[in-house]
Amino acid sequence: MSNLFTVSPSPHTKGDDSIPKIMWSVVIALVPVILMASLFFGLHSLKIMVVAVVSCLLFEYTIQKYILKVPTTIRDGSAIITGLLLAFNLPAGLPVWLVVLGSLVAIGIAKLSFGGLGQNPFNPALVGRVFLLISFPVQMTTWTANITVTDTFTGATPLMLLKEGVKSGKSLAEITTNSQMPGYFDMFWGNMSGSLGEISAMAILLGGIYLLWKKIITWHIPVAVLGSIFLFEGVLWMAAPDRFMDPVFHLITGGVMLGAIFMATDLTTSPMTPLGKVIFGVGIGVITICIRNFGAYPEGISFAILIMNGFTPLINAKVKPKRFGGK
Amino acid sequence: MLKTFKFGGVHPKEEKLTAGLAIQRLPLPKKVILPVAQHIGVPAMLAVKKGDLVKTGMLIAKSGGFVSANIHAPVSGRVSKIAERIDASGYKSLSIVIETEGDIWEESITLDQPFQAIEALTTAELLLKIRTAGVVGLGGAAFPTHVKLEPPAGMKADTLLINGVECEPYLTSDHSLMLEKGSEILKGTSLLMKVLKVQRAIVGIEINKPDAILLLRDLAKNFQGIEVEPLQLKYPQGSEKQLIQALTGRMVGPGALPASVGVVVNNVATAFAVYEAVAFNKPLIERVVTVTGKGVSKPGNFLVRIGTPIKELIEAAGGLPEDTGKVILGGPMMGKAISNLKIPVTKGMSGIVLIQEKEASRQQVMPCIRCAKCVDGCPMNLEPYLLMMISEKGMWEQAESNHVTDCIECGSCSYTCPSSRPLLDYIRTGKSKVGKLIRSRQNSVLTDKQIPI
Ligand code: SF4
Ligand code: SF4
Repeated sequence: MSNLFTVSPSPHTKGDDSIPKIMWSVVIALVPVILMASLFFGLHSLKIMVVAVVSCLLFEYTIQKYILKVPTTIRDGSAIITGLLLAFNLPAGLPVWLVVLGSLVAIGIAKLSFGGLGQNPFNPALVGRVFLLISFPVQMTTWTANITVTDTFTGATPLMLLKEGVKSGKSLAEITTNSQMPGYFDMFWGNMSGSLGEISAMAILLGGIYLLWKKIITWHIPVAVLGSIFLFEGVLWMAAPDRFMDPVFHLITGGVMLGAIFMATDLTTSPMTPLGKVIFGVGIGVITICIRNFGAYPEGISFAILIMNGFTPLINAKVKPKRFGGK
Repeated sequence: MLKTFKFGGVHPKEEKLTAGLAIQRLPLPKKVILPVAQHIGVPAMLAVKKGDLVKTGMLIAKSGGFVSANIHAPVSGRVSKIAERIDASGYKSLSIVIETEGDIWEESITLDQPFQAIEALTTAELLLKIRTAGVVGLGGAAFPTHVKLEPPAGMKADTLLINGVECEPYLTSDHSLMLEKGSEILKGTSLLMKVLKVQRAIVGIEINKPDAILLLRDLAKNFQGIEVEPLQLKYPQGSEKQLIQALTGRMVGPGALPASVGVVVNNVATAFAVYEAVAFNKPLIERVVTVTGKGVSKPGNFLVRIGTPIKELIEAAGGLPEDTGKVILGGPMMGKAISNLKIPVTKGMSGIVLIQEKEASRQQVMPCIRCAKCVDGCPMNLEPYLLMMISEKGMWEQAESNHVTDCIECGSCSYTCPSSRPLLDYIRTGKSKVGKLIRSRQNSVLTDKQIPI
């Protein structure tokens, strides 16, 4: 009778969390964003999302199977998320070949060359986006008009209007009364120009609530990013309201919402402890505001997240949970 | 807001199939097997030899030191063998085997006449009775109870905590005991309070046992200084440091005893055993064991004599299901998987859980995705993912500086990991290596000091 039983060390039971379950929950959380992108950019956006997801899956499969000769992992769902997030960071009119190239950089370089799932120090989708932005700045800032917006709309994003306005010496009042500048309600709902997934703060927040509810992410990073942007920009704005936009503008324009909720919270590339996560998030917020107000680019959240990704190992090494009963 | 411990914790499925089922007395086994080392500390020393006739309750192995416990015959009969027998560790250890002939009790045990002058007993007399009866912690650790009741010099307890949490899935032995022996448990609690000279005792019970909470609350009205505190449902609340934090807010430091923060913790079943020891001079020769599992046809809570082969217990619960893949002594979070059903019930065994084949094997291990669930789930505020990585690489100094020795082996990390990583397996290795390192360092300090002399 003996030796028929499995003998392994405790615990003998396992929670039902699994990688596919986490990944599919993230995909579900992204659905509102997908819907809003389709609503505002129509078939353009669907094409970009499909191309990005399919190329990410194909690159992961081929590179693992034929180059690295390791078991393929496309079924864990992580490549789908990378594809979707990359698409969310691209303008709707981007040529298809650039989407494919961005996917190759995201999966091939940023993910697999570091050892694949869980090993990559930088957020793959953001590496893909920043690569495209630096290599193909024109295509990456050519915004297809949001299809629901009136004809007068040329497609410049609010942040570009701001940066170019400031550069050409216009006052903030002139910039904000520009007929192309959408109102805050439109911005929140998503009726403005921008990358596929960043336009609708509302859709992103919905997805964020779902992620929090499913305990995939904790509140620390989103709150730290958004809170620090609000506070930092708020201080600048109060000190010089004629030079700086109000904090709400910076929260609902550009990639801040998408970045704070979906990009910065990427499990692998963000710190492990609650305090570490707060430091990470504040870093992102501060760098973003600095780039937006004082840098060359109108938008800075992608760079900010990648920079803080670089600090993550250091934060993990220095910010430890406090030992139970320790001094 | 109900109280609970502050850091980490997980919520395994409860699976309390035997909750509320009455305690059934198991018929006497044909023979009993008693390892002399079934408590923490020094093994007991043989006090019988092969061929001796023993009565139920007779001392058969005598406590081998301060941290040790007496062992008594759980049946009357003849000592048929004193030999190596396989025990719950999976190894053979010295055991006394008694062929049952009947159930004739020692005269000193007065089951139908509770000791009248309990009030008059001094602390020393109470302690002696508890120690003589071989009472150990019945929650699983089997630490000799009299040792806990005499905190080291310089430490003074002000509160006694009684552990009725039973946070392991499946197990219900403590629950059933609280329902049936509530007032005896509280009497035992008062005795323990007297020994410790404390005015306050708190019985902690998780909210999934509302009947026990209500009953004990009601009974506690007749006792001075005993409170019953309902606790949130969270594993590992029954772990000593976590329970102390939940009930008193105090934190026991690394490597320190609960008495260092003025607390002593005992299990409800231990309090019951203390009562029986004092009131009837009854040694610890039986206990309640839950036998359960999804495929088990008649799961239940059984009152069994210590030493009963677990096979007989499983028979009483309807026999071993065909599809049994794993047999666990204790609960599924911290219990021990065994391969042999001849292993006897020991003092610290609270349950036998039969896991079905389909749930017995582990899932495929995936890479760590740094989701931090193990960090968030660790009740000791450790970083399990890091400790595993360090242990995998054999970096024992780092394991030590990352406090691997604080780990209470609760398994919350492995339970919660979405990548099914065997975190605790590696952390255990790290823990034992670092333990050895620390001991060898202490020894070398000693020899260094000894050289000049
Ligand atoms: S087993 Fe150890 S490391 Fe894992 S959660 Fe429990 S205390 Fe923490
Ligand atoms: S729970 Fe598992 S996957 Fe998540 S950080 Fe810990 S070890 Fe890694």
